[in-house]
Amino acid sequence: MTTTLTPTKTTPTAGPTPSLLERLRVPGAFLLGAVLLMGVAPLALSDFRLDLLAKYLCYAIVAVGVSLAWGRGGLLVLGQGVFFGLGGYAMAMHLKLADAAATGQTLPDFMQLYGTGDTLPWWWQPFANPAFALAMTVLLPMAVAALLGFFVFRRRVKGAYFAILSQALAAALAIWLVGQQATTGGTNGLTDIQGFFGYDLGDPVNQRTVYFIIAAALLLLMAAARQLFVSRYGELLVAVRDSEERVRFFGYDPANVKLVAYVVAAGMAGLAGALFVPAVGIISPALIGIVPSIGFVIGAAVGGRASLVGAVLGAIAVAWAQSTLSDAFPAAWTYLQGLLFVLAVGFLPGGLASLVTVLRRRRTPTTQTGGTA
Amino acid sequence: MSGFSMSRRGLLAGASAFGATAALSACGAKTGSATSSSGAKADTSGDTVKVGLLNSLSGTMAISEVTVHNALLLAVKEINAAGGVLGKKLKPISQDGASDWPTFAEKAEALITDDKVVATFGCWTSASRKAVKPVFERYKSLLFYPVQYEGLEQSPYIFYIGATTNQQIVPALDYLKKQGLTRLYLVGSDYVFPRTANKIIKAYAEANGMTVVGEDYAPLGSTEFSTIVNKVKDAGADAVFNTLNGDSNVAFFKEYKSAGLTAKSLPVLSVSIAEEEVKSIGTQYLEGQLTAWNYYETTPGAANTEFVKAYQAAYGADKPTSDPMEAAYISVYLWKEMVEKAGSFDVAKVKKASAGIELDAPEGKVTVDGTTQHVHKTARIGKIGSDGLITEVWNSGNPIKPDPYLKDYDWASALS
Repeated sequence: MTTTLTPTKTTPTAGPTPSLLERLRVPGAFLLGAVLLMGVAPLALSDFRLDLLAKYLCYAIVAVGVSLAWGRGGLLVLGQGVFFGLGGYAMAMHLKLADAAATGQTLPDFMQLYGTGDTLPWWWQPFANPAFALAMTVLLPMAVAALLGFFVFRRRVKGAYFAILSQALAAALAIWLVGQQATTGGTNGLTDIQGFFGYDLGDPVNQRTVYFIIAAALLLLMAAARQLFVSRYGELLVAVRDSEERVRFFGYDPANVKLVAYVVAAGMAGLAGALFVPAVGIISPALIGIVPSIGFVIGAAVGGRASLVGAVLGAIAVAWAQSTLSDAFPAAWTYLQGLLFVLAVGFLPGGLASLVTVLRRRRTPTTQTGGTA
Repeated sequence: MSGFSMSRRGLLAGASAFGATAALSACGAKTGSATSSSGAKADTSGDTVKVGLLNSLSGTMAISEVTVHNALLLAVKEINAAGGVLGKKLKPISQDGASDWPTFAEKAEALITDDKVVATFGCWTSASRKAVKPVFERYKSLLFYPVQYEGLEQSPYIFYIGATTNQQIVPALDYLKKQGLTRLYLVGSDYVFPRTANKIIKAYAEANGMTVVGEDYAPLGSTEFSTIVNKVKDAGADAVFNTLNGDSNVAFFKEYKSAGLTAKSLPVLSVSIAEEEVKSIGTQYLEGQLTAWNYYETTPGAANTEFVKAYQAAYGADKPTSDPMEAAYISVYLWKEMVEKAGSFDVAKVKKASAGIELDAPEGKVTVDGTTQHVHKTARIGKIGSDGLITEVWNSGNPIKPDPYLKDYDWASALS
């Protein structure tokens, strides 16, 4: 099977003379997304629905990273739950400490109930500092990813082995968190988060602000990811995905190229986890184990992992469908989700985003270049 | 824990970094700050009122929670057939918690804000209860929780209809002590209930001259028990105190039997195995073993005969009834009594009316304790028979006053 290097697909504007319309296509789509997220959704949705959308947007932020690492880099990141969890716990630890401090306590509520002593564990203490905690939500996942990626990519571990390794890490973190009930809240996780940097999360106005922060973060990260996609690095990443050996012969080190994508994706998942906490008010091991880790890639796979917009819309659509359809067909939803994943990966590898292209090609087979027939 | 009143509005500082966003969120803050927070009001205008049923209908917990859901529906149906509550029929709205804690929180909010329910019944695991607790507190709406749990909680918006620790675990220990079984081995699933229960057991053991000779946790859903069973075998214990949950029990008891251990040689007292679970584990593995609950299908009394008959008529003659199902069933009736005493669906009035509400329940007489919002219940130790039913071998005589923080027990003073 010969894979052809076709980076042209990644840069639709790279043609010789792009028309004005073509040049405005991307900024225009971005503006439309911004208007929908920032203007239409907050006006059209009730507080509760907006809360839900905020949650879906957090998944969408993870999907931006998945699109980069898996869609462009070919790294099947089946353990994003780890980074989502690290970011989420870093944020939740700070918010729990702040909640406790606001009521004159030194220990978070769950530690008073299930803890072993009257002192805060040493590794909790720095999280009382908001700047440290905020930095950790992104830096901690990135550091873990960098460490793991450094050893894994250098040893040329790839494909299914990399996916299994990611999964094992997600499972291990979830099991560890459950076991440390006195310091992590165990299966319950960190719940009942009241405040967000001094603002009461019970107040719908503040909940709305959290939504705006999440929406803004998503738009910014999409813009940044898009720049990365069309940059020289983006071309190189696709090249590594399609033929690692050839890239190596060109004199690049594929391990470093993959490492960057993996670490950036981990940072995005961490930020998503951190934003998830004020939006939903809980972080628990159930959100970061194997099943949610697979869930993070399903949305991207269904929407189209190589297309940024496809991955983001896919993540939102799958999360929305889960909320809505699981009421009507509680038992059937899980099967449907699995079926969607199988269908998307097996028959529509580009996801729904590629549906139009696929149909168009099928209708006019003569224009297809290099068809195998 | 409460008394948290820093409702500064706006949150502008965080958003200002995001250019255009900042302007928008500032608008939101100004317009929103005129309205008071959490305005979701239960809808009692029509001739029906909605009640929320929040159970896992899918996922790993579905097998247990569906039976609770059935029991809740039965109670609603019976109450409607008898004329409803304050002349209004109840319309049950089922939401699927999907065995996922944040989903529980999301669905709780949907029931309160979208469906405007007057009360919600459900949840099983402690994690799901902890996840929905802030939601019910924020919207000042009521949850009736039907499962025995690890205590140490007293939310003003939750009524705890299942047993707390001093109505299940402490009497079970009293029973073991009375039988002379003083060397205990603790086996549990790795989550909040077993870990908290074992903390209590260790404190009790220390004060009562009992010894804990071993303590092991298996991850939820784990099916590998040969190591643990071998340790149990060699530990020289008199009895095993089992807080394993769900599927793990199947693997544990199979391994237990194949290791040559029996109810005679080394009895196991379980606190999470009821009639429904006995069926799925297999009677041959469980015959003669002990359980601790407040209700069994075999509990005598006219109220229980009626309940079992009604349940089996609705869902099948081979369907067992269990403690959490019974607690769920009576929780709807207790709520009905509270509303009728209050003469209103208003949450504050219902809470006020709750103190002293009595019911001649299938499990015996129950009384609501107004301060803790728990229920006085009779503890019952049972033995699993060859027919899969559990028969009582000991009970506490009178209903036990709920004490979620074990304040009245000297040996427990260091626990919380």
